[in-house]
Parts: sequence; C-alpha cells; structure tokens
Amino acid sequence: MTTAGQVKQERILVENLSVDYLGVVALEAVSLRIAASSICGVIGRNGAGKSTLFKVLIGLLRPARGNMRINGRCLAAARRLQTVAYMPQSETVDWHFPVSVGDVVLMGRYGGMNLLRIPNRRDHVAVRDSLHRVGLWDLRNRQIGELSGGQRKRVFLARALAQEASVLLLDEPFEGVDTGTEKLMTNLFLQFRDEGRSLLLSTHDLNQVRELCDQVLLINRTVLACGNTRDVLAREAMAFTFGQDGPP
Amino acid sequence: MSDPLALLLEPLQHAFVIKALVVSSVVGAVCALLSCYMTLKGWALMGDAVSHAVLPGVVMAFALGLPFALGAFVFGVGSAVAIGFIKQKTRVKEDTVIGLVFTGFFGLGLILVSKVRSNVDLTNILFGNVLGIRPADLQQTLIMAAVLLAVMVIFRRDLLLFCFDPTHAHSIGINTGFLHYLLLSILSLATVVGLQTVGIILVVAMLVTPGATAYLLTDRFGVLTGLAMVSGVLSGVAGIYISYWLDASPAGCIVVFQTLQFLLAMLFAPRHGIIRRWRSP
Repeated sequence: MTTAGQVKQERILVENLSVDYLGVVALEAVSLRIAASSICGVIGRNGAGKSTLFKVLIGLLRPARGNMRINGRCLAAARRLQTVAYMPQSETVDWHFPVSVGDVVLMGRYGGMNLLRIPNRRDHVAVRDSLHRVGLWDLRNRQIGELSGGQRKRVFLARALAQEASVLLLDEPFEGVDTGTEKLMTNLFLQFRDEGRSLLLSTHDLNQVRELCDQVLLINRTVLACGNTRDVLAREAMAFTFGQDGPP
Repeated sequence: MSDPLALLLEPLQHAFVIKALVVSSVVGAVCALLSCYMTLKGWALMGDAVSHAVLPGVVMAFALGLPFALGAFVFGVGSAVAIGFIKQKTRVKEDTVIGLVFTGFFGLGLILVSKVRSNVDLTNILFGNVLGIRPADLQQTLIMAAVLLAVMVIFRRDLLLFCFDPTHAHSIGINTGFLHYLLLSILSLATVVGLQTVGIILVVAMLVTPGATAYLLTDRFGVLTGLAMVSGVLSGVAGIYISYWLDASPAGCIVVFQTLQFLLAMLFAPRHGIIRRWRSP
C-alpha cells in the first residue's frame, strides 16, 4: 500500500559499497540494483560477505564507502518507514525467550505504534491476517520454542508481513527446514513477489535459486557476477565461488 | 511467643522494622522487575560490574552533599562505557574487560572512602543498613524506586524487544543505542536503590535472582514480571522478619531467601524443574 506509487522505481540500489570489518576488507566495490517485485538470491560461501551485505542494508554496519538507497530513500529514512524486514538465521534467536508466536508477530508493528506500543485494532488485524497467511493462527499462543523448525521460520515471515515491509532480507531461509515447509515457504515468497515486494535471500542451495530467483548476486567479498539467474548460473564464475581457491 | 500471630505482630511495634519492611519490599519489587530484563538479556555479569563500579560515585556524592543517584549514575554508566570502549579497542575478551573495569572502579571507591573525610560508613554501603535507614535516604529511595518503576512500565515493550531481537528493533527504526543506555541507567540507579537495603556487594542478587526464579516458572513475559516482583517483595518482607527473629544480617536473610526460592523453583517448577524433567525425559 505504501509503495503503490513507486512500483517502477528501483527497490534497492547499492553503488560501490565497501565495508571494512576490524581492519579486514569484508566487501569491496559491490553494486546492485533490485527492482520492485523481484527475488534476488545472494550466493557465496561462508565468509563471502552475505551477512555483511545484509547488515549494511539494515544499518547495523557502517560502510567505508558507498551509496545505498531503498525505495529512493536513505537507509535511515527507509527504516523509519518500516520498509525493511529482516528474517534472522534460526541459530541467532533465543528460542527459550518467554514470548508467544503472537507476541513476536506483533513486534513487527512496533515501529508504527505509539510510545507505549499499545496495539490498536489495525495492529491486531494485521497480526491476525499475517498469522493466517503463514498458517500459524492456531499456534499464536504457543511459546516460540515449542514450534518445529519450519514453523519457527514462518513466525518471522509473519512478522515481516505484519510490518508491511516492501523489502525482505532473508538470511538463509531454507537452513534446517524440511521439504514440506520448503515448498510452503517457496510459495509464500512467490506470492510476496507478486504483491510487489522485493526479496533478498542468501542461500547455499543452487536448486532453490534456480526455481525461485529472478536475479542472482554471486559474491566473494566483491561481486563475481550479477544478473539474470539463468545467465549467471551458467557462467564459470561458479567455480570461483565454490571452488577450492578463491578469486585473486 | 508461641502464638504465630504474635510472632508476626511483635516486630511491627518498632518503627524501624516497619520502615525496613517498606523499603525492602519496594526495593525488592523494583529490582525484581529489572532482574527480568537482566536475565533475558544475559546481563548478570554486567549487573555485577555496574553495581560495584558505582562505589566511587556514591562516596563522592556523599562527600559533596549531592544525591547518591547522581554519583551512581555517572559512575555506573561510565563503567559500562569504559567496558565498551576497551572491548572495542583491544583484543581482550569482554568478560575479562568487565572483571578488570569494575574491580578498578571498586578499588578507587575504597581509596576514596579511606581518604575523603566525611561521615560515609563503608560498612553501610557495602552491606546495607536497612534497619537504620535515615529519613532523607528513605525518601530518596522511595522517589527513585517510583521513577524507575514508571520508566520500566513505559518502556516495557521496547525493552522486551531490545532483549529479544535488537536487530529487528534497529531495522524498524527504533533507537537501540538509546535503549541500551536506558537499561544501563536503570541498572545504575537500581543499584543505588538496592544499596540501601542489601548493600553494594549483594545488590546483584536482587538484580538477578527473582528474574531467574520466575524464568523457570513461566513462558509468558507478563507472568514472568509478576512472579519476579512477588518473589522480590516476599523476599524483602520475609528477610526482614527472619533477620529480626534470628538477630542476623537483614541483607543476608533477604538474599538467602531469594536463593532458596530459586532452588525450590529449580527443583519443583512445573515444566522446567529438574524433578519434572527426570520424570518425563
């Protein structure tokens, strides 16, 4: 809704991004354009800079250089407008935390609430609709640790939906997920795309990328290849990313 | 004395006991609410550090005739900033940095106590003096407790989100740096509040134990804070009574009572207790 007038605009624009991390170059001269209504897969081995890229886009890491825009706005403005939703990797979440499924999804709405974060009717409706869409409405009162691996992932997808974010950053969304859930999530991702959202997802799984992504970013500290999925996957750049030796 | 009612009522004839009961239950409640966040955020060690590091601030405030709270605030938050700075600029691990910073501040406090001529009684600061609390301190403690309680209620959900998922909080435009220092400030001021009752050395118990006990008993945050506060108040009241009956240190009684509550919860908690887990592996 908030993005109706900007459908044609570039969702994510990254120009010449470089990040130094404790004196080590984590990303060098990365440029990237992601349109509205598209899914971009970020592939690269561990330490290639996938998470670093995400952290920069959320504003957790300050880059050494580079220009970043989301919906044509600077990152801080995009954050204030609730544009960006981040789905964490499962192992970074404290699953014993005393919050219910509904509590977590409601957290997606906090940015738009008053100081006391007291939910109004619209917030409740958004939470309910989001939970229904990911099929977790019946489990809304469960403590998050009582869920299965696939259900846990869906809680955070529902949170992104409740947030009404137009950009979803998904860090290893298929890690530790069974095939049933994988299918369900893939369908949801395609629906999200068709609703005009843009998804950036990091993964190791090339089959997923082939099925799901319109665009692929192949990185190893710098961009090895970027573009249409079929073209990129065919190229020999793959050897660089997953081969024994990194690029020079 | 064998009549249980008399046993309960007899101490209440003394004004100092009533005052002690009021202070220790109010302080117990406030510290217990904070302890929920400390437990969930994994800040127990930070609580220990900040509570010790306020000593020089308290002594200086005493000597200069300023409110305790000011000195504690400056040194409490200052120690946390120092910890963050050293961790960032050196290769030394965080727990080591915490250990060396708070002992450094605490040592400085001891020097100040011995050198600054004032009516500071080190024993009272270190071990608390809830039975001999002065009217001015009582007033200061109750006002600060009320302010802390109000702040924690207002920022209840933000602090919960900050503990659970700071990345998400940041990504939706919530100022997590502010929340970080807010929680540190609350911690520093709660230390001063708790200091009146159990002293600097044991205040960390009040800032950790009730939250940990409640964490074993429930998976609901609202229930967690309620249980922790009940546990805090109960410990305050029971500790003062036990201390009166046994003629023992009130600080020790309050804290040991809290520890006993934790041990009971650890054994008998309905879902997360050890016995329950043995029965249904």
